[in-house]
Amino acid sequence: MATDIPVFLDLAITIGLVIASGVTLLAGYRVIRGPTTPDRVVGLDAIGTNVVAVAVLFALQTGRGFFIDVGLVLAIIGFISTVAVARYVTDGDIIE
Amino acid sequence: MNTIHALIVTVLIAIGSGFLLVGTIGLLRFPDVYNRMHATSKATTLGAASLFLAGAVYFGPQEVGGAGLTSLVGIVFLFLTVPTGAHVISQAAERMGVAFHGDASWPDDPPDREQ
Repeated sequence: MATDIPVFLDLAITIGLVIASGVTLLAGYRVIRGPTTPDRVVGLDAIGTNVVAVAVLFALQTGRGFFIDVGLVLAIIGFISTVAVARYVTDGDIIE
Repeated sequence: MNTIHALIVTVLIAIGSGFLLVGTIGLLRFPDVYNRMHATSKATTLGAASLFLAGAVYFGPQEVGGAGLTSLVGIVFLFLTVPTGAHVISQAAERMGVAFHGDASWPDDPPDREQ
């Protein structure tokens, strides 16, 4: 399926992958230099969503549909980790 | 795949990449954590949802394994969970005492604020 796609779609997927990867690296700046802990959590949340975008674009580039499932599972893990870190920051423990 | 199909996928990829770029610029340049959370939760959600929609259009409903329909489930999941996560983080930041940028402040006696 990856052989008969037009040239402009292939170029768009490649450019989208470059943008999503670079944006993931730029969000790492906020994780490292963020003044407070919620800044770092927001940066990690943005990294999670960008990695989901990278997985979806990779599914489009290779024509393999199960990378969509990979992206969905990454989104679930990102949501759970965000809620867990926020609870840890405020309450001091995750499960009381 | 024909040209119209590929053109729709290309436009959706362009919209999604643009939203991801704008959201990360907001994450880097806004002054405090509440503004940054606003930027990432709106723009990044729309970008990832647009890319999921591109996946749904690309694979279609006939694909073996159901990748197109999984993409639609991903859109619903993102629109449910990302605002919830942003709300939880902002509540944590407010309880930690993270101040606003500039001279903005919380209201004095809000009626529905958690003690």
